[in-house]
Amino acid sequence: MQEDYVNIILADDDEDDRMFFTDAFDELKIGTQVTTFKDGVYLMDYLNTDDCKLPHVLFLDLNMPRKSGLECLNEIKSNPKFNDVAIAIYSTSASEEDIERTFVQGANIYIKKPSSFKTLKKVLSEVVTTNWQYHTNGLNKDNFLLRL
Amino acid sequence: MKIYLKFDFQTICKKVLEDTLLAHDIKHKVVGFGEVDLLEKLSPEKLNLLKETLNTYHIEMVENQKSILVQKIKDTIIDMVFNEDTVVNVKTSAYLADTLGHSYGYLSNLFSEVTYTSIENFIILQKIEYAKQLIINDNLSLTEIAFNLNYSSVAHLSTQFKNTTGITPSAFQRIITKRRELNQQQ
Repeated sequence: MQEDYVNIILADDDEDDRMFFTDAFDELKIGTQVTTFKDGVYLMDYLNTDDCKLPHVLFLDLNMPRKSGLECLNEIKSNPKFNDVAIAIYSTSASEEDIERTFVQGANIYIKKPSSFKTLKKVLSEVVTTNWQYHTNGLNKDNFLLRL
Repeated sequence: MKIYLKFDFQTICKKVLEDTLLAHDIKHKVVGFGEVDLLEKLSPEKLNLLKETLNTYHIEMVENQKSILVQKIKDTIIDMVFNEDTVVNVKTSAYLADTLGHSYGYLSNLFSEVTYTSIENFIILQKIEYAKQLIINDNLSLTEIAFNLNYSSVAHLSTQFKNTTGITPSAFQRIITKRRELNQQQ
């Protein structure tokens, strides 16, 4: 049986960004449960616990202290346990190099952090609904690339 | 002695339903004729038991009606997009309404409500996903793919690809190729 909400995790060291992110999801039509972590170490510690509930979509900030988003991405991609998790890079950078590199290393989505709350809501809604389509229609997640 | 009776079938059915649910100790609310809200999640065993009892009255439990119709909409679309034999010369909206026997407005509202996306977006996503497969696996040129998927031009396909995924078809191909090389090295 499918659950009726989408499970979301965000790792971002910026407290304001975490707050905007959670608030944006609260206002979406689709039901979500959002958990946040303030850096890659906290995130990976959580994900590596045995009974952790895997997210449908994991949002990673690239620049974080202690463990960066890129290091998290590589750890996650090398562990088959996380095969079903869609990875979204959530970054202030929009350099073509960062974008292509993270896609090649296995990210599914690349989001440049929007400057307005309205755009953020729109972008996050698009991510979640697109992911939902892949999830419910059995589409090939290896081909899931989305840049926003 | 003989007595004569008059029946109200709606009330009877409702009473049967109520009594059955009560007998199974299921918290519920009868919403209307043929619709019951269960206020708790039933285990598969309990649900089966309920199904069996209802069947003795010839009451059949329909699995989620909306989901059934949404699945039919999806199947019809996928058949239209991928099955070359199903050549459709009419508009998608008319074809869906015709095939499924509901107005397009109804189908479209229902679809959005259940899937959080529109029928139009679903069709585009299906076509773009198919285009991706063809780009990677069959090494077809964009011109051939545009033709196969009934796009009026390559430009139309490219634009829709970019609008849907945020990247161009060639960037997509490059990324997937590099990703495969990387995976092979590891």
